[in-house]
Amino acid sequence: MTRTLGWLALVGLAAGLLMAFGVAPRELTQGNVQRIMYIHVPAVWVAYLAFLVACGASIAYLLTRRADADQLAHAVVEVGLVFLGLNIASGSIWGKPTWGTWWTWDARITSVSIVFLIYLGYLLLRQSVDEGERAARYGAVVAVIAAPNIFLVHQSVNWWRTLHQPASLLKAGGATMPAILWGGIIVNFVGFGLLAAYFVARRVALLRREAQAAA
Amino acid sequence: MLTFARRAFIVVWKDLLIERRSKETLNALFFFALLLLFVFQFAVGPDRERLAGTLPGLLWLGFILSGLLGLGRTFVAERENDCWEALLLVPGDKSAIYVGKLAGNVLLMLTVAVLLLALFTIFFNIDLAPAIPALAAVVVLGTLGLASVGTLFAAMTASVRARELLFPVLLLPVQVPVLLATVKATEAALAGEPLAAYAHWLQLLAAADVIYLVAGILTFEFVLEP
Repeated sequence: MTRTLGWLALVGLAAGLLMAFGVAPRELTQGNVQRIMYIHVPAVWVAYLAFLVACGASIAYLLTRRADADQLAHAVVEVGLVFLGLNIASGSIWGKPTWGTWWTWDARITSVSIVFLIYLGYLLLRQSVDEGERAARYGAVVAVIAAPNIFLVHQSVNWWRTLHQPASLLKAGGATMPAILWGGIIVNFVGFGLLAAYFVARRVALLRREAQAAA
Repeated sequence: MLTFARRAFIVVWKDLLIERRSKETLNALFFFALLLLFVFQFAVGPDRERLAGTLPGLLWLGFILSGLLGLGRTFVAERENDCWEALLLVPGDKSAIYVGKLAGNVLLMLTVAVLLLALFTIFFNIDLAPAIPALAAVVVLGTLGLASVGTLFAAMTASVRARELLFPVLLLPVQVPVLLATVKATEAALAGEPLAAYAHWLQLLAAADVIYLVAGILTFEFVLEP
Protein backbone atom coordinates (compact mmCIF):
# COMPACT_ATOMS: atom_id res chain seq x y z
CA MET A 1 0.00 0.00 0.00
CA THR A 2 2.66 2.48 1.09
CA ARG A 3 4.92 1.23 -1.68
CA THR A 4 2.21 1.79 -4.30
CA LEU A 5 1.76 5.31 -2.96
CA GLY A 6 5.48 5.88 -3.38
CA TRP A 7 5.43 4.75 -7.01
CA LEU A 8 2.37 6.86 -7.70
CA ALA A 9 4.15 9.87 -6.19
CA LEU A 10 7.15 9.21 -8.45
CA VAL A 11 4.89 9.10 -11.52
CA GLY A 12 3.11 12.27 -10.37
CA LEU A 13 6.39 14.12 -9.87
CA ALA A 14 7.67 13.00 -13.26
CA ALA A 15 4.46 14.23 -14.88
CA GLY A 16 4.84 17.50 -12.97
CA LEU A 17 8.40 17.97 -14.21
CA LEU A 18 7.27 17.20 -17.74
CA MET A 19 4.53 19.82 -17.46
CA ALA A 20 6.86 22.41 -15.93
CA PHE A 21 9.79 21.97 -18.32
CA GLY A 22 8.31 20.32 -21.39
CA VAL A 23 4.74 21.40 -21.95
CA ALA A 24 4.59 24.82 -20.33
CA PRO A 25 6.06 27.60 -22.49
CA ARG A 26 8.82 29.95 -21.39
CA GLU A 27 7.29 32.97 -19.71
CA LEU A 28 7.80 36.14 -21.73
CA THR A 29 9.07 38.68 -19.20
CA GLN A 30 10.59 36.52 -16.46
CA GLY A 31 12.04 33.78 -18.60
CA ASN A 32 12.86 30.37 -17.20
CA VAL A 33 12.92 31.64 -13.61
CA GLN A 34 9.14 31.65 -13.70
CA ARG A 35 9.15 27.84 -13.80
CA ILE A 36 9.89 27.90 -10.06
CA MET A 37 6.19 28.64 -9.69
CA TYR A 38 5.48 24.95 -10.41
CA ILE A 39 7.25 24.07 -7.15
CA HIS A 40 6.45 27.21 -5.19
CA VAL A 41 2.65 27.23 -5.42
CA PRO A 42 1.87 23.49 -5.07
CA ALA A 43 4.26 23.27 -2.08
CA VAL A 44 2.34 25.87 -0.07
CA TRP A 45 -1.00 24.25 -0.95
CA VAL A 46 0.23 20.88 0.25
CA ALA A 47 1.64 22.43 3.43
CA TYR A 48 -1.57 24.25 4.33
CA LEU A 49 -3.61 21.16 3.54
CA ALA A 50 -1.30 19.26 5.91
CA PHE A 51 -1.92 21.75 8.71
CA LEU A 52 -5.66 21.45 8.17
CA VAL A 53 -5.38 17.67 8.44
CA ALA A 54 -3.26 18.12 11.57
CA CYS A 55 -6.04 20.20 13.14
CA GLY A 56 -8.67 17.58 12.31
CA ALA A 57 -6.52 14.70 13.55
CA SER A 58 -5.75 16.62 16.75
CA ILE A 59 -9.44 17.19 17.45
CA ALA A 60 -10.00 13.49 16.82
CA TYR A 61 -7.20 12.65 19.23
CA LEU A 62 -8.56 14.86 22.01
CA LEU A 63 -12.02 13.32 21.62
CA THR A 64 -11.06 9.65 21.21
CA ARG A 65 -7.50 9.44 22.67
CA ARG A 66 -6.54 7.04 19.93
CA ALA A 67 -2.77 7.02 19.50
CA ASP A 68 -2.96 6.74 15.70
CA ALA A 69 -4.82 10.06 15.44
CA ASP A 70 -1.93 11.72 17.26
CA GLN A 71 0.67 9.92 15.15
CA LEU A 72 -1.08 11.19 12.04
CA ALA A 73 -1.15 14.77 13.38
CA HIS A 74 2.53 14.62 14.34
CA ALA A 75 3.62 13.20 10.98
CA VAL A 76 1.48 15.60 8.99
CA VAL A 77 2.92 18.65 10.77
CA GLU A 78 6.47 17.48 10.09
CA VAL A 79 5.77 16.88 6.41
CA GLY A 80 3.84 20.16 6.16
CA LEU A 81 6.86 22.00 7.54
CA VAL A 82 9.11 20.41 4.92
CA PHE A 83 6.83 21.58 2.12
CA LEU A 84 6.38 25.03 3.63
CA GLY A 85 10.16 25.28 3.89
CA LEU A 86 10.37 24.32 0.23
CA ASN A 87 7.86 27.06 -0.58
CA ILE A 88 9.83 29.71 1.32
CA ALA A 89 13.18 28.61 -0.12
CA SER A 90 11.91 28.45 -3.70
CA GLY A 91 10.26 31.85 -3.28
CA SER A 92 13.53 33.27 -2.05
CA ILE A 93 15.44 31.84 -5.03
CA TRP A 94 12.80 33.28 -7.36
CA GLY A 95 12.85 36.64 -5.57
CA LYS A 96 16.56 37.30 -6.12
CA PRO A 97 16.45 37.64 -9.95
CA THR A 98 12.87 38.96 -10.08
CA TRP A 99 12.55 41.39 -7.18
CA GLY A 100 16.30 41.82 -6.76
CA THR A 101 16.38 40.57 -3.18
CA TRP A 102 16.46 37.25 -1.35
CA TRP A 103 14.12 38.45 1.31
CA THR A 104 11.66 41.27 1.75
CA TRP A 105 9.07 41.91 4.42
CA ASP A 106 6.22 41.54 2.00
CA ALA A 107 2.86 40.47 3.38
CA ARG A 108 2.69 36.91 2.17
CA ILE A 109 6.35 36.04 2.76
CA THR A 110 5.95 37.33 6.29
CA SER A 111 2.71 35.52 7.07
CA VAL A 112 3.91 32.21 5.62
CA SER A 113 7.10 32.48 7.68
CA ILE A 114 5.09 33.16 10.82
CA VAL A 115 3.00 30.06 10.17
CA PHE A 116 6.27 28.17 9.72
CA LEU A 117 7.46 29.40 13.12
CA ILE A 118 4.15 28.48 14.80
CA TYR A 119 4.43 24.85 13.67
CA LEU A 120 8.13 24.76 14.48
CA GLY A 121 7.02 25.66 18.01
CA TYR A 122 4.65 22.69 17.90
CA LEU A 123 7.57 20.33 17.24
CA LEU A 124 9.74 22.04 19.87
CA LEU A 125 7.01 21.62 22.46
CA ARG A 126 6.56 17.94 21.67
CA GLN A 127 10.28 17.45 21.93
CA SER A 128 10.52 18.95 25.39
CA VAL A 129 7.78 16.80 26.91
CA ASP A 130 9.09 13.44 28.05
CA GLU A 131 5.90 11.41 28.36
CA GLY A 132 4.43 10.52 24.97
CA GLU A 133 0.82 10.82 26.07
CA ARG A 134 1.32 14.32 27.46
CA ALA A 135 3.27 15.42 24.38
CA ALA A 136 0.35 14.21 22.29
CA ARG A 137 -2.20 16.18 24.34
CA TYR A 138 -0.18 19.41 24.35
CA GLY A 139 0.61 19.11 20.67
CA ALA A 140 -3.05 18.59 19.86
CA VAL A 141 -4.05 21.75 21.77
CA VAL A 142 -1.46 23.81 19.87
CA ALA A 143 -2.52 22.37 16.50
CA VAL A 144 -6.18 23.16 17.25
CA ILE A 145 -5.38 26.81 18.01
CA ALA A 146 -2.84 27.19 15.20
CA ALA A 147 -5.19 26.32 12.33
CA PRO A 148 -7.78 29.12 12.78
CA ASN A 149 -4.89 31.39 13.70
CA ILE A 150 -3.49 30.98 10.16
CA PHE A 151 -6.42 33.05 8.86
CA LEU A 152 -5.84 35.76 11.46
CA VAL A 153 -2.14 35.87 10.62
CA HIS A 154 -2.80 36.21 6.90
CA GLN A 155 -5.48 38.87 7.34
CA SER A 156 -3.45 41.00 9.75
CA VAL A 157 -0.22 40.82 7.80
CA ASN A 158 -2.09 41.61 4.59
CA TRP A 159 -3.47 44.80 6.07
CA TRP A 160 -0.08 45.58 7.48
CA ARG A 161 1.79 45.47 4.19
CA THR A 162 1.51 44.12 0.70
CA LEU A 163 3.91 43.94 -2.25
CA HIS A 164 3.47 40.35 -3.47
CA GLN A 165 1.45 40.12 -6.66
CA PRO A 166 -2.18 39.31 -5.79
CA ALA A 167 -3.15 35.66 -5.97
CA SER A 168 -3.41 34.67 -9.63
CA LEU A 169 -5.32 31.44 -9.23
CA LEU A 170 -7.56 31.45 -6.19
CA LYS A 171 -9.55 34.63 -6.45
CA ALA A 172 -12.95 35.89 -7.44
CA GLY A 173 -13.54 36.28 -11.14
CA GLY A 174 -11.42 33.34 -12.26
CA ALA A 175 -7.72 32.85 -12.82
CA THR A 176 -5.59 35.43 -14.67
CA MET A 177 -3.31 32.74 -16.01
CA PRO A 178 -3.40 30.73 -19.23
CA ALA A 179 -4.73 27.19 -18.87
CA ILE A 180 -1.38 25.66 -19.83
CA LEU A 181 0.38 27.19 -16.79
CA TRP A 182 -2.61 26.40 -14.62
CA GLY A 183 -2.43 22.77 -15.69
CA GLY A 184 1.25 22.60 -14.75
CA ILE A 185 0.44 23.75 -11.25
CA ILE A 186 -2.40 21.27 -10.84
CA VAL A 187 -0.34 18.31 -12.06
CA ASN A 188 2.50 19.30 -9.73
CA PHE A 189 0.04 19.72 -6.87
CA VAL A 190 -1.20 16.16 -7.37
CA GLY A 191 2.38 14.90 -7.55
CA PHE A 192 3.42 16.79 -4.41
CA GLY A 193 0.26 15.66 -2.63
CA LEU A 194 1.06 12.01 -3.39
CA LEU A 195 4.64 12.53 -2.23
CA ALA A 196 3.43 14.13 0.99
CA ALA A 197 0.99 11.27 1.57
CA TYR A 198 3.84 8.80 1.04
CA PHE A 199 6.06 10.66 3.53
CA VAL A 200 3.22 10.78 6.05
CA ALA A 201 2.52 7.05 5.69
CA ARG A 202 6.21 6.29 6.25
CA ARG A 203 6.46 8.64 9.21
CA VAL A 204 3.30 7.27 10.85
CA ALA A 205 4.67 3.72 10.55
CA LEU A 206 7.91 4.88 12.17
CA LEU A 207 6.11 6.70 14.99
CA ARG A 208 4.01 3.61 15.63
CA ARG A 209 7.14 1.45 15.94
CA GLU A 210 8.73 4.02 18.25
CA ALA A 211 5.63 3.87 20.45
CA GLN A 212 5.72 0.07 20.46
CA ALA A 213 9.40 0.06 21.33
CA ALA A 214 8.83 2.48 24.19
CA ALA A 215 5.90 0.48 25.59
CA MET B 1 -23.58 28.92 35.43
CA LEU B 2 -23.59 30.47 38.87
CA THR B 3 -21.35 27.78 40.33
CA PHE B 4 -19.08 28.13 37.31
CA ALA B 5 -18.69 31.86 37.98
CA ARG B 6 -18.18 31.23 41.69
CA ARG B 7 -15.46 28.65 41.03
CA ALA B 8 -13.71 30.97 38.62
CA PHE B 9 -13.96 33.77 41.17
CA ILE B 10 -12.42 31.61 43.88
CA VAL B 11 -9.37 30.99 41.67
CA VAL B 12 -9.00 34.72 40.95
CA TRP B 13 -9.43 35.54 44.61
CA LYS B 14 -6.81 33.00 45.66
CA ASP B 15 -4.28 34.37 43.17
CA LEU B 16 -4.97 37.99 44.04
CA LEU B 17 -4.59 37.22 47.73
CA ILE B 18 -1.25 35.52 47.15
CA GLU B 19 -0.13 38.44 45.03
CA ARG B 20 -1.28 41.01 47.59
CA ARG B 21 0.61 39.29 50.36
CA SER B 22 3.78 38.39 48.49
CA LYS B 23 3.77 41.26 45.93
CA GLU B 24 6.21 39.06 44.09
CA THR B 25 5.09 39.40 40.47
CA LEU B 26 3.72 42.94 40.32
CA ASN B 27 6.72 44.58 41.99
CA ALA B 28 9.18 42.82 39.74
CA LEU B 29 7.11 43.54 36.64
CA PHE B 30 6.86 47.22 37.49
CA PHE B 31 10.60 47.39 37.96
CA PHE B 32 11.11 45.52 34.69
CA ALA B 33 8.83 47.94 32.82
CA LEU B 34 10.83 50.86 34.22
CA LEU B 35 14.06 49.27 33.01
CA LEU B 36 12.54 48.72 29.59
CA LEU B 37 11.90 52.45 29.27
CA PHE B 38 15.60 53.10 29.76
CA VAL B 39 16.53 50.45 27.20
CA PHE B 40 14.08 51.93 24.67
CA GLN B 41 15.50 55.38 25.27
CA PHE B 42 19.02 54.08 24.56
CA ALA B 43 17.82 52.29 21.44
CA VAL B 44 15.88 55.17 19.90
CA GLY B 45 17.94 58.11 21.05
CA PRO B 46 16.77 61.60 21.94
CA ASP B 47 15.27 62.49 18.55
CA ARG B 48 11.62 63.46 19.19
CA GLU B 49 10.43 62.73 15.65
CA ARG B 50 11.89 59.27 15.62
CA LEU B 51 10.42 58.61 19.02
CA ALA B 52 6.94 59.60 17.87
CA GLY B 53 7.19 57.17 14.97
CA THR B 54 8.30 54.22 17.06
CA LEU B 55 6.23 54.92 20.16
CA PRO B 56 3.28 52.56 19.44
CA GLY B 57 5.66 49.71 18.71
CA LEU B 58 7.70 50.41 21.83
CA LEU B 59 4.58 50.62 23.96
CA TRP B 60 3.44 47.18 22.85
CA LEU B 61 6.93 45.77 23.04
CA GLY B 62 6.86 46.83 26.67
CA PHE B 63 3.44 45.27 27.23
CA ILE B 64 4.35 42.01 25.58
CA LEU B 65 7.74 41.62 27.24
CA SER B 66 6.29 42.21 30.69
CA GLY B 67 3.32 40.06 29.67
CA LEU B 68 5.60 37.16 28.74
CA LEU B 69 7.24 37.29 32.15
CA GLY B 70 3.97 37.67 34.04
CA LEU B 71 1.93 35.14 32.06
CA GLY B 72 4.69 32.55 32.15
CA ARG B 73 4.39 32.48 35.94
CA THR B 74 0.65 31.73 35.96
CA PHE B 75 0.96 28.15 37.12
CA VAL B 76 4.41 28.23 38.68
CA ALA B 77 3.03 28.54 42.20
CA GLU B 78 0.91 25.43 41.70
CA ARG B 79 3.83 23.51 40.24
CA GLU B 80 6.41 24.49 42.81
CA ASN B 81 4.15 23.94 45.79
CA ASP B 82 2.67 20.70 44.48
CA CYS B 83 -0.83 22.17 44.35
CA TRP B 84 -1.52 20.97 40.80
CA GLU B 85 -3.42 17.98 42.15
CA ALA B 86 -5.47 20.28 44.34
CA LEU B 87 -6.46 22.28 41.26
CA LEU B 88 -7.45 19.03 39.58
CA LEU B 89 -9.72 18.19 42.50
CA VAL B 90 -11.93 21.20 41.81
CA PRO B 91 -15.30 19.64 41.00
CA GLY B 92 -17.18 20.25 37.78
CA ASP B 93 -16.03 21.96 34.63
CA LYS B 94 -12.27 22.50 34.58
CA SER B 95 -12.59 25.51 32.32
CA ALA B 96 -13.70 27.49 35.41
CA ILE B 97 -10.05 27.30 36.52
CA TYR B 98 -8.99 28.61 33.12
CA VAL B 99 -11.42 31.53 33.30
CA GLY B 100 -10.25 32.31 36.84
CA LYS B 101 -6.57 32.20 35.94
CA LEU B 102 -7.27 34.24 32.82
CA ALA B 103 -9.14 36.91 34.79
CA GLY B 104 -6.23 37.13 37.22
CA ASN B 105 -3.77 37.51 34.36
CA VAL B 106 -5.88 40.16 32.66
CA LEU B 107 -6.05 42.14 35.91
CA LEU B 108 -2.30 41.86 36.39
CA MET B 109 -1.50 42.87 32.82
CA LEU B 110 -3.96 45.77 32.83
CA THR B 111 -2.27 47.06 35.98
CA VAL B 112 1.11 46.82 34.27
CA ALA B 113 -0.35 48.51 31.17
CA VAL B 114 -1.66 51.47 33.17
CA LEU B 115 1.67 51.84 34.95
CA LEU B 116 3.59 51.59 31.71
CA LEU B 117 1.36 54.18 30.02
CA ALA B 118 1.83 56.53 32.96
CA LEU B 119 5.60 56.07 32.79
CA PHE B 120 5.57 56.71 29.04
CA THR B 121 3.71 60.00 29.42
CA ILE B 122 6.21 61.16 32.02
CA PHE B 123 9.49 59.94 30.57
CA PHE B 124 8.79 60.55 26.90
CA ASN B 125 6.72 63.67 27.49
CA ILE B 126 3.70 62.75 25.40
CA ASP B 127 0.08 63.74 25.83
CA LEU B 128 -2.12 60.67 25.84
CA ALA B 129 -5.24 62.38 27.18
CA PRO B 130 -7.17 62.84 23.88
CA ALA B 131 -6.54 59.23 22.87
CA ILE B 132 -7.46 57.62 26.19
CA PRO B 133 -10.86 56.10 25.25
CA ALA B 134 -9.46 54.57 22.06
CA LEU B 135 -6.30 53.42 23.83
CA ALA B 136 -8.38 51.81 26.58
CA ALA B 137 -10.32 49.78 24.01
CA VAL B 138 -7.11 48.66 22.28
CA VAL B 139 -5.39 47.77 25.55
CA VAL B 140 -8.34 45.78 26.89
CA LEU B 141 -8.86 43.84 23.63
CA GLY B 142 -5.14 43.26 23.16
CA THR B 143 -4.60 42.14 26.75
CA LEU B 144 -7.48 39.71 26.49
CA GLY B 145 -6.04 38.16 23.33
CA LEU B 146 -2.55 37.93 24.76
CA ALA B 147 -3.70 36.54 28.10
CA SER B 148 -6.18 34.00 26.71
CA VAL B 149 -3.55 32.12 24.72
CA GLY B 150 -0.85 32.96 27.26
CA THR B 151 -2.78 31.35 30.14
CA LEU B 152 -3.37 28.19 28.13
CA PHE B 153 0.26 27.89 26.99
CA ALA B 154 1.52 28.72 30.48
CA ALA B 155 -0.41 25.74 31.84
CA MET B 156 1.27 23.57 29.21
CA THR B 157 4.80 24.81 29.64
CA ALA B 158 4.64 24.90 33.46
CA SER B 159 5.72 21.27 33.64
CA VAL B 160 8.02 21.17 30.65
CA ARG B 161 11.79 21.28 30.41
CA ALA B 162 13.19 24.71 29.49
CA ARG B 163 9.87 26.29 30.41
CA GLU B 164 11.11 29.91 30.36
CA LEU B 165 12.41 29.42 26.84
CA LEU B 166 9.58 27.43 25.37
CA PHE B 167 6.78 29.71 26.56
CA PRO B 168 7.76 32.81 24.53
CA VAL B 169 8.86 30.70 21.56
CA LEU B 170 5.41 29.15 21.46
CA LEU B 171 3.38 32.25 22.28
CA LEU B 172 5.02 34.98 20.18
CA PRO B 173 4.33 33.69 16.64
CA VAL B 174 0.75 32.79 17.56
CA GLN B 175 0.25 36.33 18.85
CA VAL B 176 1.40 38.10 15.69
CA PRO B 177 -2.17 39.11 14.68
CA VAL B 178 -2.78 40.62 18.11
CA LEU B 179 0.54 42.44 18.05
CA LEU B 180 0.04 43.91 14.58
CA ALA B 181 -3.53 44.94 15.32
CA THR B 182 -2.70 46.61 18.62
CA VAL B 183 0.34 48.45 17.28
CA LYS B 184 -1.52 49.70 14.21
CA ALA B 185 -4.61 50.74 16.18
CA THR B 186 -2.46 52.49 18.80
CA GLU B 187 -0.57 54.30 16.05
CA ALA B 188 -3.83 55.56 14.53
CA ALA B 189 -5.31 56.48 17.91
CA LEU B 190 -2.20 58.45 18.95
CA ALA B 191 -2.21 60.26 15.60
CA GLY B 192 -5.78 61.38 16.35
CA GLU B 193 -7.33 59.59 13.42
CA PRO B 194 -11.11 58.95 13.49
CA LEU B 195 -12.31 55.57 14.73
CA ALA B 196 -13.40 54.56 11.22
CA ALA B 197 -9.76 54.60 10.08
CA TYR B 198 -8.75 51.76 12.37
CA ALA B 199 -12.05 50.05 13.23
CA HIS B 200 -11.02 47.05 11.11
CA TRP B 201 -8.08 46.44 13.43
CA LEU B 202 -10.37 46.48 16.47
CA GLN B 203 -12.70 44.04 14.70
CA LEU B 204 -9.78 41.73 14.00
CA LEU B 205 -8.74 41.96 17.65
CA ALA B 206 -12.26 41.14 18.80
CA ALA B 207 -12.46 38.18 16.40
CA ALA B 208 -9.08 36.91 17.62
CA ASP B 209 -10.20 37.26 21.25
CA VAL B 210 -13.34 35.24 20.61
CA ILE B 211 -11.46 32.47 18.77
CA TYR B 212 -8.74 32.24 21.43
CA LEU B 213 -11.21 32.32 24.31
CA VAL B 214 -13.42 29.60 22.87
CA ALA B 215 -10.39 27.45 22.01
CA GLY B 216 -8.96 28.01 25.50
CA ILE B 217 -12.18 27.11 27.30
CA LEU B 218 -12.67 24.00 25.17
CA THR B 219 -9.12 22.67 25.37
CA PHE B 220 -8.04 23.62 28.88
CA GLU B 221 -9.22 20.41 30.52
CA PHE B 222 -6.84 18.45 28.27
CA VAL B 223 -3.94 20.58 29.42
CA LEU B 224 -4.75 20.31 33.10
CA GLU B 225 -4.60 16.52 33.30
CA PRO B 226 -1.53 15.39 35.25
